[in-house]
Amino acid sequence: MSSAVNESLSALSSRHRKQAFAYPYVLWMALFVVIPIVLVAVYAFTSVGGGFTLSNFYNMPEYTAVFGRSLWLAFVATVVCLIVGYPVALAISRTNPRTQRILMLMLMLPMWINFLLRTYAWMSLLENTGLINRALGALGVFDLINSIGLARSASPSQYVPIDHFQLINTGGAVVLGMVYNYLPFMILPIHSVIIKIDHSVIEAAQDLGASRGIVFRKVIFPLSISGVISGITMVFVPSVSTFVISKLLGGGTNMLLGDLIEMQFLGSAYNPHLGSAISLIMMAIVIICMGVMNKFGEGEEQAVVM
Amino acid sequence: MKKAITVVVSAALILCLFAGCGGKSEGPKKVLNVYNWGEYIDKDLLEQFEEETGIKVNYKNYESNEQMYSVLKQGGVSYDVVIPSDYMVARMIDEDMLEPLNLDNIPSYSLINDKLKNPVYDPENKYSIPYMWGTVGIIYDPAKVGEVTSWGALFDKANAGQILMFDNSRDAMGIALKYLGHSPNTTDEAELNEAFELLKQQKSILQGYVMDQIFEKLESGEAAIGPYYAGDYLTMLENNPSLKFCIPEEGTNIFVDAMCILKGAQNKENAEAFINFMNSTEVSAKNSEFIGYTSPNVEVRDVLELSEDAKAVMYPSDEVLSKCEAFTNLPQKTLDYYDSIWIKLKS
Amino acid sequence: MKKRPFGGSFLTALTFIFLYLPIIVLIVFSFNSTKSRTVWSGFTLDWYRELFSDSTFLSSLEITLLVSVLASFIAAVIGTFAAIGFFNMKKNWRSPLLAVNNIPVINADIITGVSLSLLFVSAGAVLGFDLGFGTLLIAHISFNIPYVILSVMPKLYQLDRNLFEAAQDLGCTWFQTIYKVIIPEIMPGIINGLLIAFTMSVDDFVISYFTAGSSVQTMSMTIYSMTRRRISPEINAISTLLFAVVLVLLIIVNIREARQEKAAEKKEKLLKGN
Repeated sequence: MSSAVNESLSALSSRHRKQAFAYPYVLWMALFVVIPIVLVAVYAFTSVGGGFTLSNFYNMPEYTAVFGRSLWLAFVATVVCLIVGYPVALAISRTNPRTQRILMLMLMLPMWINFLLRTYAWMSLLENTGLINRALGALGVFDLINSIGLARSASPSQYVPIDHFQLINTGGAVVLGMVYNYLPFMILPIHSVIIKIDHSVIEAAQDLGASRGIVFRKVIFPLSISGVISGITMVFVPSVSTFVISKLLGGGTNMLLGDLIEMQFLGSAYNPHLGSAISLIMMAIVIICMGVMNKFGEGEEQAVVM
Repeated sequence: MKKAITVVVSAALILCLFAGCGGKSEGPKKVLNVYNWGEYIDKDLLEQFEEETGIKVNYKNYESNEQMYSVLKQGGVSYDVVIPSDYMVARMIDEDMLEPLNLDNIPSYSLINDKLKNPVYDPENKYSIPYMWGTVGIIYDPAKVGEVTSWGALFDKANAGQILMFDNSRDAMGIALKYLGHSPNTTDEAELNEAFELLKQQKSILQGYVMDQIFEKLESGEAAIGPYYAGDYLTMLENNPSLKFCIPEEGTNIFVDAMCILKGAQNKENAEAFINFMNSTEVSAKNSEFIGYTSPNVEVRDVLELSEDAKAVMYPSDEVLSKCEAFTNLPQKTLDYYDSIWIKLKS
Repeated sequence: MKKRPFGGSFLTALTFIFLYLPIIVLIVFSFNSTKSRTVWSGFTLDWYRELFSDSTFLSSLEITLLVSVLASFIAAVIGTFAAIGFFNMKKNWRSPLLAVNNIPVINADIITGVSLSLLFVSAGAVLGFDLGFGTLLIAHISFNIPYVILSVMPKLYQLDRNLFEAAQDLGCTWFQTIYKVIIPEIMPGIINGLLIAFTMSVDDFVISYFTAGSSVQTMSMTIYSMTRRRISPEINAISTLLFAVVLVLLIIVNIREARQEKAAEKKEKLLKGN
């Protein structure tokens, strides 16, 4: 009996020693994860003078345009990524393993090129004198449009001919930037979940007479939901909070939440209290979205990406 | 094989640590941290300064006075020399952010134009030495927008999609206020609101809010009209000779950017040496030629090698000067109001 | 295997064109003889020469590599031990701690950046230090560790439960078991986490922007400040070089994996043959 007690005692202390491995990190988290967020909350609820106040939140309704734009553009970007990303993930999963590996590496290659460079790349393409507009001009697209417009115009002398499409500095350009940067983050999790689906389940469904459409709808898609949720999270959260994409492609006229926050700390309207208040609200938005997503999905503990 | 990898990796790590430590615990090396506007210096001069004095300059840029102010207020940074505009110098003096200068260490001070000594924003000339001055005007391509004589061209629907605007609150509001016939230093909220409404309307015909990104856009023809500083017009002209510059009939802003030392700067003597260097005749002339702005040093005008047209832009006539107004610092209430307007506008 | 739907392949091809077109444009125009990023005027290597004589860029490259290597290694160490620690905790301790651990992963990076900036600035005002390499490193380690933990935890779950005791029965001391048995078993997870952490560090802009201060600059920060001023095709040159480096790395990885798979296949055949 005593040896059993001894054994379980030493097992316990062994366990405790293993647990102790985590203590340094717990301390680190307290210092560098928890306290900073507490500081943000403190700043959000104080004013410049130093007293407790809710005034930073009173002005929030003035920024509904920014909140709305951020949520809307991020939503559009996420939907586009989903509509494009899911079929692509599916198609890749159906190729042979060697091709798959090459395709996956090709997919990850752009991700390893600096995020700023990927966004900057679109500037040369989208500008009024950029490549896309130049190409359209060379193809005669604008001449065509102008001649049609002139012919249909009631007062031809007043017709203003166009020589470019306004591509950059629009909401569309920002969405394009978001999709370009985050599409691989949608494809990768979906793909990694789809290839884990036991093929015998699909075969069983087919043996039972299910058509391809039904196999997809009732077997493949439900089993891939956790990947879809991962993907949505990894696209939506960075999209809603970016400020680089809107600065480079939005022209300063499409301000997003990230721009608003950056402005208050290192930008042109210094007010860390307001910035902290907006940050808190952004955190709340993200947590709510994650909560909603979790209702659809299963537990966490998923290894990220690769 | 495994052992080899372990050895290589450990060696790499140790090297990194040494490199990192070496970088942090530098000895008494001569260093100077300068924080200046972008595109606002001839970089060769920094090298020249290092050769002459042995002081290495750590040179960083900001986009506007307001951005510089935010970064300094947020804290954790250690710059020695900053070069804010007149009204910002006044604000920083009010908020006790600057270190008094020892003019004995800056003998080239005597070469400064008397009109720029003891200025309104620094009446005892204790905290700043002028760096460059200039005017704000409209830079445009006449082939696309015709002749421009008034600020109204920036608000004209006919130029929609080709218009750029200042990405900082004082310059943008200053233009709107001047166009509406008010002073850019007004504190009257009704007038400020009027300007704000005008800027809001402009937003729909605007191509974008820019600061130094304007160089690319006007030179390549991406945009056709935008307000900016006279010196930058001269620089853009070199790359796109079809551009023209206009000081609008309603009047404009005249500004002085001044070199100051931040309170608590660690390299005060190096800073004063730098200020003295930048203001010396030969250096200031070279700088002025490169960036196109007007030097406050009286000897520079005779030494400059520029075309007559360029000099006319750089040294405006008295008639033009009479239309110019400088920005002053505003009371805190108005400053807060500016901030809230600006955020609302950008939203 | 069933035939792939035509629509799927078409969309995939389009997607890859979409992903690579801007990069190819960047690369092509890095050799352009004028500053234009849209009109081709001739071949030159000038921009590469300018890039390598740009001391700001070179020092920021050095900083980026230094921070990324250091941060990912330190994060790997702290994170692996933390994962082992968490794994051995009871669920009612582990779940909340893992939730806090996930905060930097879930949180938008601007919030992580802003919150750390507030911490460092406040602490710095009291303790007398500035933002700099130290704060940058701490920030990078902080957002790297969660990725390591997320990589290592699944591997811990895959371990045989009796492995620890079995090793001790065979004579290993407690420490030997950890270092010579457990860690090698979870090494793939550690390496995975390290690579992800390294990638995140190199690619980071926002968090560095808020925590690096005035004395150091990462490569992303240098590129950002380049885009805020007169744009030089130096940026294109940087892109091309990065692309080339990553391409070479990925090809090497691919070849290695293909070789390992072939070796494994060979082994299986031999074993089965007998």
